[in-house]
Amino acid sequence: MKMTATERLSLIRLKNRPTVNDYIPLVFSHFMELHGDRHYGDDAAIMGGIAEFYSMPVTVIAQVKGRNIEENKHTNFAMPHPEGYRKALRLAKQAEKFGRPVICLVDTPGAFCGIEAEERGQGEAIARNLMEFMTLKTPIISVILGEGGSGGALALAVCDELAILENALYSVISPRGFASILWKDPTREKEAAELMKITSEDLLGFGVCEKIIPEPSGGAQNDAQLMADNISEYLFDAVKRLCAVSIDVLLENRYKKFRKIGMFTE
Amino acid sequence: MGLEDLLKKVKHRFNDEKDEHKPEHIHAHDTKGVNIPDDLFFKCPRCRTASYKEDFEKDRKVCAHCHYHSRLTWKERLELTADKDSFTEYDAKMESLNPIGYPEYAEKLKKLQEQCDLRDAVVTGECMIRGYKTVIGIMDSNFMMASMGSVVGEKITRAFEYAAKKKLPVVLFTASGGARMQEGIISLMQMAKTSGAIARFSDAGGLYITVMTDPTTGGVTASFASLGDIIIAEPKVLIGFAGRRVIQDTIKQKLPDEFQSAEFLKENGFVDMIIERKKMRSCLARLMKLHNFEKIGGEESAKGAKK
Ligand SMILES: [Zn+2]
Repeated sequence: MKMTATERLSLIRLKNRPTVNDYIPLVFSHFMELHGDRHYGDDAAIMGGIAEFYSMPVTVIAQVKGRNIEENKHTNFAMPHPEGYRKALRLAKQAEKFGRPVICLVDTPGAFCGIEAEERGQGEAIARNLMEFMTLKTPIISVILGEGGSGGALALAVCDELAILENALYSVISPRGFASILWKDPTREKEAAELMKITSEDLLGFGVCEKIIPEPSGGAQNDAQLMADNISEYLFDAVKRLCAVSIDVLLENRYKKFRKIGMFTE
Repeated sequence: MGLEDLLKKVKHRFNDEKDEHKPEHIHAHDTKGVNIPDDLFFKCPRCRTASYKEDFEKDRKVCAHCHYHSRLTWKERLELTADKDSFTEYDAKMESLNPIGYPEYAEKLKKLQEQCDLRDAVVTGECMIRGYKTVIGIMDSNFMMASMGSVVGEKITRAFEYAAKKKLPVVLFTASGGARMQEGIISLMQMAKTSGAIARFSDAGGLYITVMTDPTTGGVTASFASLGDIIIAEPKVLIGFAGRRVIQDTIKQKLPDEFQSAEFLKENGFVDMIIERKKMRSCLARLMKLHNFEKIGGEESAKGAKK
């Protein structure tokens, strides 16, 4: 049975829902982490590096939720600062240079909102990624693992194919924020979640994502290995499919994928 | 100006009301009975000083006290920017649908369309700026705080596509509260769509000038507003990614006034220049000249704009 948006909202916040720290060793081999944006610093909220995927070198860029409070303090609950997005862009450009596919694993409540994030240009950092990823000359696959929070998620989700785990959510703002801004009442979070059309099925319907990756019965937390296998299976297919396409066609399709989204009359 | 001076001026203004030489750009006051002071004063949201509305409007809606460049309607902006009668609108009939079925969204749009003489939060088209032909986009914060939904995303995207085809520069006057929540995930996707259009326009060698006006925030800051080859801001305007209140709630302390101002962004390296409203046209024209665009309008059209 399909869960409601509200049920999924609780599910993806479970402490034992697997994170990139669980998936990376199960999906890839020999992951080597690379640090820093070369401008300001190294943001632990976004982890990046090179790994092997079925013997093929790939660049992995991932938002890191902690498994406990200590880890979360370190990774800022997966809410990146500008230097996190700039590190992601640096590694994506590196992948382009060496002809590696880029695999982004998205799991964030959103980009961090704070004084320093503003001083260092959070808006510019996200905007730059949206623009640069659109014309990056190598395949990009993004997978939303849990929370796909707003522009902070989108900055790693301009891609050739977007896949979403069955119970993951992707939204313009958190349901709580939605209720707070539009209804001045954050307690109407559940109502907002149901209204906003943020489930994997909704997103597939909108053409926002291309693929729903099924979760083990009851959710990914019940069987991280099976979940990782499902992710691997999808990625294997997608990498093979996208690497077979010429770069020009790839970029044209990527542009069109976003270009056509919008609902208006004239 | 002290409060007493202001009050004196108000009295004077009441007496003055019958004066036939009343400037046309001031909204007509009802001369019988008492006017609401709101009609007579502009209270600056930056320095909180009240100034006489007539002076304020004559000065292109700039606060005389602190120089805050306040919000304009798209028509006021166009009048200050484009050569007289040079504007042709693109995609004038485009209207948003209701992607997530948000309750009463269509009714809200309809009401605002009538109120603002707009179909949505941005107007795009072609005009001349001191004789230089350009694609222009003006966001109007009176329309749902100029939030970006399907129409804003599509019109901005098309503006870049038209400009690429016609080899024209693009000037966007940005103002926005961010993404249009009522359109859900579709509004978020407009950030990627517009940024992608700019990537293509830029790769083709196009010149894109952003003019950030009050307020430029959220998803618009995190997409097309931050991607200009040249980024100009008007003095004292609000520019930022996160909302001030959100940050204050996180850090549990009050933020200084200058935080997220145009000046703050320039200091941090995210804005090229801060240009006063009265010098904007000449600045834009100069930039076009420096990028080897040809002046095609005659002297008359160059002088023709109102200010
Ligand atoms: Zn002021």
